[in-house]
Amino acid sequence: MIRENIRMAWLTVISHKMRSFLTILGIVIGTASIIALMTIISGVTDSINDEVATFGADRMTVQIRGDGESGVSIADMERLEAIDGVASLSPTLSQTADVYVTGQTGQQTVLGKSESFFKDDSTVATGRGLTPLDVGQKTHVALLGETIAKEAFPTSSPLGEEIVIGGIRYKVVGTLAPSSEFSMSTDEAVVIPVTTAMTQFHQASIATFDLYTDPGASGAVQDDVTRQLTTAFNGRDAFTVTSFEDALASIDQINALLGMLLVGIASISLFVGGIGIMNMMLVSVTERTSEIGLRKALGATPGKIRQQFLFESVLLSMLGGLIGVLIGGLLAFGFTFVMGVPFALAGSTVGLALGFSVVIGIVFGYIPARKASNLQPIEALRNV
Amino acid sequence: MMTTLIEVEQLTKSYGSGDNRQLVLNGIDLEVKEGEFVAILGPSGSGKSTLMNILGCLDGYSSGRYRFGNKDVTGLSETELSLFRNERIGFIFQQFNLLPRLSARENVELPLIYQRSSKAERQERTRQMLVRVGLGDKMDHRPNQLSGGQQQRVAIARALVTNPSLLLADEPTGALDQTNGRQIMALFHELHAEGKTIIMITHDIDIAKEATRIVHVRDGKIEKEERVR
Repeated sequence: MIRENIRMAWLTVISHKMRSFLTILGIVIGTASIIALMTIISGVTDSINDEVATFGADRMTVQIRGDGESGVSIADMERLEAIDGVASLSPTLSQTADVYVTGQTGQQTVLGKSESFFKDDSTVATGRGLTPLDVGQKTHVALLGETIAKEAFPTSSPLGEEIVIGGIRYKVVGTLAPSSEFSMSTDEAVVIPVTTAMTQFHQASIATFDLYTDPGASGAVQDDVTRQLTTAFNGRDAFTVTSFEDALASIDQINALLGMLLVGIASISLFVGGIGIMNMMLVSVTERTSEIGLRKALGATPGKIRQQFLFESVLLSMLGGLIGVLIGGLLAFGFTFVMGVPFALAGSTVGLALGFSVVIGIVFGYIPARKASNLQPIEALRNV
Repeated sequence: MMTTLIEVEQLTKSYGSGDNRQLVLNGIDLEVKEGEFVAILGPSGSGKSTLMNILGCLDGYSSGRYRFGNKDVTGLSETELSLFRNERIGFIFQQFNLLPRLSARENVELPLIYQRSSKAERQERTRQMLVRVGLGDKMDHRPNQLSGGQQQRVAIARALVTNPSLLLADEPTGALDQTNGRQIMALFHELHAEGKTIIMITHDIDIAKEATRIVHVRDGKIEKEERVR
């Protein structure tokens, strides 16, 4: 019976190809937009999460507002580093200075960093990073940012070369890898030991530093750091602590909101598509009054007739759903490819879209199917 | 003595109500025995089509009694009536009423699909019936690839495939030329000879004379009955 129902439904659908296509267009568009949008959003979210996972979600940035006078001293930083759950602390002192490289002098950003900045090997492209010795002894060594290194030494290696920062000689010991999108760019900067920078630029304190926490400890650490800094600044609200968890949470929130909005819009188009199917099915019932009458005369019960028409509307909406999944998948593939984010068509998304289209077929097919099943055989046969 | 298949007593059927009330059947008494070939003859508007619809359990009646094979069909639900028609009655219509998108084979198979029979059984019975009506070589033809006479044969095969107690034919030759009409009547005679009970509705006295008994209907009443053979 089910096989015959599917076959009959299929015959009816393909015998009116153009009409069937126009009928399911609404479902196609609705499904395609759900699939495309959900896949693109999840691709973007995945790419952000990947980035954060490799860069470290267990990181927070502390920024001291106001002039350089009111920063954090080395002693303060050592106290912060002693907090339970803090893995390391990476200070940043940022200055602009005349930098002389290979015969040219230009204004460059000079970043004072400690060895903590180099705890991840991937920070350094060639040569070595800064060591505790560099920081302790205020050595005059420097690492070049990716762009500077490429521009100043297009063919040769800058390792061992000398550069001059604000009139003082530095020896290039390494170059930096391209910086991540989720931290301040170091591509066009020169990195020197933070202590050397404090001396050279006459700074007694640090205004910006990153804190790396033990995995999962960031919440507690954020509270402790905030408390300690509040004490250090005598209760003045002079600093902000931003954790990546906070940033991630707000990105997730925006994504969820965006997703809900888009799914809402797509649902409206699916609803409209459903009405299209209902309309077509009602026309179909009227056109096939005599067929229905004949089937009833031959022994089709009202239930069987209802089943037949429901199969037809479900087949239509499922076809629309399938075509929509294909088109939506292709669109998503194209967009994610162009945007450079991972493409992953989730089985659950496809299942949801197809399931939804089946539900639409049943919901919007029910009224026409009931109308068909309620036809009296005698009324129906009279129309022959 | 043959057993009674159909027993109708004081059957009436009216449409509308009040002043618009129209009595289409007015006290019909009819008995059809198993194996009989009965023609119900009457001009258009005589109520013969209404009578056929009631006999075929396609329509209800206003009062009276209708027993089919010792079963009172009054008060059966629509679903029960559908199953009853499927098992007991084979319909043959003037316009054949084949489904145009299905092959001859699929058209004949249709009543069996509404039963719980296996696919193999369905196919075998379908094939037998199409061979029986002389269309063994045209089983995969669509209705529009068949002549009128062949289409009516498909319809007869469809009516026979469930092995019903009664064949109910409504002007079976009405849409056919004389040659094809004669062939269809010859087939009816064969089926009658095999023991099938046949009720045929017609307005044509020559066609009616093919039956063994003619029931004349006029103005919603049975005018007279005559035994032809």
